[in-house]
Amino acid sequence: MSEIVGGVFTSHVPGIGAAIAKGLQQDPYWKPFFDGFAPVHRFLEREKPDVAVVFYNDHGLNFFLDKMPTFAIGAAADYRHEDEGWGIGGFKPFAGHPALSWHIIEQVVGDEFDPVTCQSMLVDHGVCVPFELCWPDAAAWPVKLVPICINTVQHPLPSPKRALALGRSVGKALESWPGDEKIVVLGTGGLSHQLDGERAGFINVDYDKFCLRNIVVDPEALTQHDTLDIVELAGSQGVEILNWLAARGALTGSVRELAHNYHVPISNTAAATLLVENRAIVHA
Amino acid sequence: MLMTRTESASAHRVIAGTPVFDGDAAQKGFALNAMCYSFNCATHRAAFVANEEGYMDRFALTDEQREAVRRRDVPAMIEAGGNVYYLAKLAGILGLNVQDLGALQTGVPVEAFKAALLAHGTTERSIAS
Repeated sequence: MSEIVGGVFTSHVPGIGAAIAKGLQQDPYWKPFFDGFAPVHRFLEREKPDVAVVFYNDHGLNFFLDKMPTFAIGAAADYRHEDEGWGIGGFKPFAGHPALSWHIIEQVVGDEFDPVTCQSMLVDHGVCVPFELCWPDAAAWPVKLVPICINTVQHPLPSPKRALALGRSVGKALESWPGDEKIVVLGTGGLSHQLDGERAGFINVDYDKFCLRNIVVDPEALTQHDTLDIVELAGSQGVEILNWLAARGALTGSVRELAHNYHVPISNTAAATLLVENRAIVHA
Repeated sequence: MLMTRTESASAHRVIAGTPVFDGDAAQKGFALNAMCYSFNCATHRAAFVANEEGYMDRFALTDEQREAVRRRDVPAMIEAGGNVYYLAKLAGILGLNVQDLGALQTGVPVEAFKAALLAHGTTERSIAS
């Protein structure tokens, strides 16, 4: 029987990938961010998950505005990164898990979600940077990948409530998966940041801390805001918190925060890492 | 009844200093964003550098979009429907990173833009026992 071991939530700023490529982890600018991964590394080393289900957003690698799905679920046997236009690359390829992907698709469509299904899919820095952060020394990724892409690019975006519900549906699928894999859930992006407009550079420490305080114990607290509220509170790109909410939803057991790290700034972003343990609920 | 762009936009919520990339912007910016999306390929980046005007012709940019690209005017690119995720690919060709983009949009020198980010400087860490 499968087991959801927990969740890793992290920012996915492209500059992190560039810093890794240059070996800057101990550089004073980067160290406070990278040091936040020590508990994540210990956790992953201890739990040794077999599969990572990753909620992220594409930034214009696989999806363009000609066809922009609200939710897209990868169902490929393998995935790879390609040139995103500005230089980061060299990311290792990913093995997929088509059987689990289709099991998830069956569940979420059964729950009345309408995802796009992708038997061929490129994954961008929203997946690759978190993998590099989680498994920095791996010669090949030790987990299979199921990528789930959420539109955070073109409004209208799905509501926070909907993102959380999608995650919960995915969590049901993971719980009912008959395989014996250990599964880790990743939610990537955020926290507050804004790249465009006269408010570029906007960061909201108070809202970020509200998210970090509540997402584990009371994720509904984050659904009191609609997506435009979140754009106002967290910045245009801070709305990537939707990926975190969906990932949190997929942790369907008894959850506990094991660690978090919050550091401002990394590039234009308030960077955060959150590690959550998930245990099956023991019924008395 | 067909809704005009103005009527549709008037119903939209305005967030100060914050472009909301919605259906109106996505329609307006399609050609510019399509050109920027093509820059995922190094050959296309080289073709743009070799002949910017010819490359903009291929993607049928509007006059407003062409002029914004010619002037390297990032706010004008956004006004013309550019989305920052796609514009970032053009910015890469122009040698601009996201701090440069931020400085150009906020009208401050890049060092001042970086200093404003650093002014938030905070680190909070917690590890459960």
